[in-house]
Amino acid sequence: MAEAPLIAGNPTFRSVTDKISRIVEDRARLNWYLAIAFTGSLMLMMFGMVGWLILRGIGIWGNNIPVGWGWDITNFVFWVGIGHAGTLISAILYLLRQKWRTSINRFSEAMTLFAIICAGIYPAIHVGRVWVLYWLIPVPNQMEVWPNFRSPLLWDAFAVGTYFACSVMFWYVGLIPDLATLRDRARTRLRKILFGLFSLGWRGGHRQWKHHELAYLILAGISTPLVLSVHSIVSTDFATSILPGWHSTIFPPYFVAGAIFSGFAMVISLAIIARKVFGLEDYITLSHFDKMAKIMMVTGMMVGYAYVMEFFVAWYSGNAYEVYAFKFRALGDYAWAFWIMIFCNVVVPEFLWFRKLRTNLPILFVISILVNVGMWLERFVIIVSSLSRDFLPSSWGHFTPTIFDIGTFVGSIGLFLTLFLLFLRFLPMVAMSEVKRVLPQAEVSRHEKPESDEAKR
Amino acid sequence: MTNEKKTWGMFAQFDGAESLLRAAAGLRGAGYRRFECHSPFPIHGIDEATGEPRSRLGYISAFMALIGGSGAILLMGWTSAVNFPLVISGKPFFSYQAFIPITFALAVLFAAVGTLLGMIGLIHMRFHHPVFDSERFRRFSDDGFSVSIQASDPHFDLEKTQSLLVSLGGNHIEVLTQR
Repeated sequence: MAEAPLIAGNPTFRSVTDKISRIVEDRARLNWYLAIAFTGSLMLMMFGMVGWLILRGIGIWGNNIPVGWGWDITNFVFWVGIGHAGTLISAILYLLRQKWRTSINRFSEAMTLFAIICAGIYPAIHVGRVWVLYWLIPVPNQMEVWPNFRSPLLWDAFAVGTYFACSVMFWYVGLIPDLATLRDRARTRLRKILFGLFSLGWRGGHRQWKHHELAYLILAGISTPLVLSVHSIVSTDFATSILPGWHSTIFPPYFVAGAIFSGFAMVISLAIIARKVFGLEDYITLSHFDKMAKIMMVTGMMVGYAYVMEFFVAWYSGNAYEVYAFKFRALGDYAWAFWIMIFCNVVVPEFLWFRKLRTNLPILFVISILVNVGMWLERFVIIVSSLSRDFLPSSWGHFTPTIFDIGTFVGSIGLFLTLFLLFLRFLPMVAMSEVKRVLPQAEVSRHEKPESDEAKR
Repeated sequence: MTNEKKTWGMFAQFDGAESLLRAAAGLRGAGYRRFECHSPFPIHGIDEATGEPRSRLGYISAFMALIGGSGAILLMGWTSAVNFPLVISGKPFFSYQAFIPITFALAVLFAAVGTLLGMIGLIHMRFHHPVFDSERFRRFSDDGFSVSIQASDPHFDLEKTQSLLVSLGGNHIEVLTQR
């Protein structure tokens, strides 16, 4: 069976440049302004709530003792997880020479950056006293104490910080040739200066490409273990504690699989919309969705397996507290969340066995949204249901979100989408230079050995 | 000083990746070294055709990774075991297992910074490069394939180089001046 071309519609190099650059160069349409007005106001609502939180303290949230972590850390883990698909597409699929990634890697990486920004807000504000955040960094301070490097919470700060920095650098290195394209097409002075500055005087010379390609390869190579480590480290925030429901060795791989699962769901949701709005049907083809849906299904089944194993190990351990924690999870106060999660994360991905459904975009869109709902609930179930019932019945409690919990989460979706809309408007959302190199006309037949000096002279 | 601007080199346009690759091999065969092939994307096999050695960027990244990783161990070991040892949940002061995640993260961070800065250092960025004078050159970032040869190449000669470029399939040949 012949494989479908990576990019449909037989584009030329020029038509690729035109198509992608025009998105950035043409005037924005009204619906872009409407969209950003909406998401921007959600974002502003979040800023207001965070400001209020800094003034009043985290008591405005539903967090209590024993449920000291509520929606804040749920949202943190949710957003960090979303980011993982972008790095998987840009780094791991690059190392695996999956050429189909070229047309979706740029905006997936952008999604990663914005998701990490959203994630980073929560640990920062959940400490309550935001002004002493610098205690996380090993700088000499007036107390003469250092951060506790033996704590997973500090590992987290380093892992997520490194992840963000590396993602930005990886994204930027990939952007340089495309920024040069925009520089060379620029008509206004501001664009010429800005794109000229950030494209670093790019001339596309073969020596430049040599270093650029290696830099890209190295960044892909180091981002690959990094992305796997980040969510593993996030999971150790829970796994290294002794709380029933958290104290589990399955957490690192389980969290990584869940992260990729939810991240691909988000990539699919965004890709379906962006493709429609910007007419990128030739670049993001049905075969792309087919492949992404397959990855989503596989990681979804890994997550389902982890759910089963958690219950099995709780039973097999014979530990009464562990058994109780899981009985409570499935039948207790938060059973509704648990069963919606099972439906979204275990039942729904099974529909992706069918190619017809994988390439049916409305259905795929619904599935991807459901998966994200399910993955948010997964973190909620793990965090809140475990915390609310620990060893002593006298210290049991219940968590109910307040308007500020809900508003801050909805607002962070607004922040995420606002950043994404700005990205779509001002930077090329498809990596032009990478798309060009997978077109058939970019291929060269094996060259002959360079002729000797005498032969030519 | 003469009023006339000094010649920087010569520029020629080629039809596609294939013909640029052949031209690169031809120029190399004719003994030229100080030339550059400009293309919208890296062309497979051009480094062999031009006899270009592998990029040394990997050494920079590896060196930086070592600095980051060993610096992290020193930082954590010194602060936790030497400068201010604190007993926290009975863990050893120098608890190397617990130091692994941050050692790894900082090694990666330093390697990434080294890779980016190393690349910027190695690509000889120049915002006012003479090739930017050519309107045709600007097509390299779209669909143009071109070659620029520096006049400082010992084989460079206005007429001979031009006829060589034509014989290799070059068109729209321009002489570029120093800026």
